[in-house]
Amino acid sequence: MSGVTESDPPLLSVRGLTKSYGGRIGCAGIDLELWPGEVLGIVGESGSGKSTLLACLAGHLEADAGTALYAGRDVLTLPEPARRRLGRTEWAFVHQHARDGLRMNVSAGGNVGERLMAGGARHYGDIRRTAEDWLARVEIDPARIDDRPSQFSGGMQQRLQIARGLVTGPKLVLMDEPTGGLDVSVQARLLDLLRGLVRRMGLSAIVVTHDLGVVRLLADRLMVMKDGRAVETGLTDRVLDDPQHGYTQLLVSSVLPT
Amino acid sequence: MTDYNFAYLDEPTKKMIRRAILKGLAVPGYQVPFASREMPMPCGWGTGGVQVTAACLMPKDVLKVIDQGADDTTNAVSIRAFFARVAGVATTTRTAKASIIQTRHRIPETPLREDQILVYQVPIPEPLRFLEPRETETRRMHALEEYGLMHVKLYEDIARHGAIATSYAYPAMVNDRYVFDPSPIPRFDNPKLESPAIQLFGAGREQRIYAIPPHTRVVSLDFEDHPFEASKADGVCALCGAEDSYLDEIVADDAGTRRFQCSDTDWCAERRA
Repeated sequence: MSGVTESDPPLLSVRGLTKSYGGRIGCAGIDLELWPGEVLGIVGESGSGKSTLLACLAGHLEADAGTALYAGRDVLTLPEPARRRLGRTEWAFVHQHARDGLRMNVSAGGNVGERLMAGGARHYGDIRRTAEDWLARVEIDPARIDDRPSQFSGGMQQRLQIARGLVTGPKLVLMDEPTGGLDVSVQARLLDLLRGLVRRMGLSAIVVTHDLGVVRLLADRLMVMKDGRAVETGLTDRVLDDPQHGYTQLLVSSVLPT
Repeated sequence: MTDYNFAYLDEPTKKMIRRAILKGLAVPGYQVPFASREMPMPCGWGTGGVQVTAACLMPKDVLKVIDQGADDTTNAVSIRAFFARVAGVATTTRTAKASIIQTRHRIPETPLREDQILVYQVPIPEPLRFLEPRETETRRMHALEEYGLMHVKLYEDIARHGAIATSYAYPAMVNDRYVFDPSPIPRFDNPKLESPAIQLFGAGREQRIYAIPPHTRVVSLDFEDHPFEASKADGVCALCGAEDSYLDEIVADDAGTRRFQCSDTDWCAERRA
């Protein structure tokens, strides 16, 4: 959080975000603030509403109530064209399963180039050079630019998905369990990469995960959710080392010692 | 002519199709849904084109039907005979004499005029279909002009083949708004889509009609460093010697000798007459 002061306006400011599925609560009365260059971790067990919250912010689900101000506009009520434009320029979404975020029958280069072409890039050579550059930045051999994602390993697919999202230089990245389903050594490499990219590009990010190791490495601040509500927020180290809420204490103590 | 209503379809049906055609002309390139009817031929044989032709036909019209440029192939002969029987209209093989031309896979070489209508048979009207299978999503992409995906297809072509390898059904932008599929015409014909004639597209199975009004801007999609090129086989017609018409390649003997011949039979015959 270097260089960020209290007086800077937040990049994203969420108030009272609520989403229910019929009678069941998805998430309720969520308030959060995200400052430029900051990574916010959202942790909680399965069914605690963290993915619902992220899906509402990304526009994948329609929220029932609340506001989410970004650059002076409420993204929850933004008209669809504007929201989709935001989603492919200033925002990026990283899905838990890379196949949800990639076009599996399109080459790696085409996948990375799609957002550029959607933004009006019409020079094949330039698009290809940018794609090669981005493959290298996510540690994929640029020689594999014409291979399809189906020929990639799970970790490579996830890194490709990240390159595809970051190629337009977004300001805000929403990540849903970015390391889910990957084995431990691949997870570590991915986290290392993400940490580097976030710092170098000055990205803001919201990372949803149930893995406390991920947020300790990646997040500046932490929000703990249980049964659709935020039960505790604070600096990552503070929350993890000195948990106040009973549920957070349980969560922290249930991590297996390494 | 007592067994059928004029041009086979009943009048309310023709009215419904004409309404779709008018909407298509008002919004060039937009795919208008219509209640496609069962026709006395299988889907894929031009049921969409036949319905559009039926809705446009007037008793004094002169009809020409071509299939891959030729007037004498099965599809062309059957449809021409069909309308000669159910509408009693005059038919011709001469492009210049026809007032309505129904076509499959070609635009005639003879330049069209303002008093002519060109009706295309369309198998798959959605240019984004093989990139995005969901109809709800492709409609939204058209509505929001999100055509980045179309260029992804062309990108893939260049990445895989070194050049844009899409040689037919080459996507183009109509009136600076809608990306459309010009039906499987060779890309050689794409420049002819800017025409003085009315161009109507009927997809029977997919239940869509779209149109290009006369003198409408049609731009084939491309990249700055890989511009669109109207390509054709590098050869000369063995019959009429034409160098600038679209050519069919024919294997002439067992040794693999190849010959070329104009795909537009009327054009070729005119040149030899």
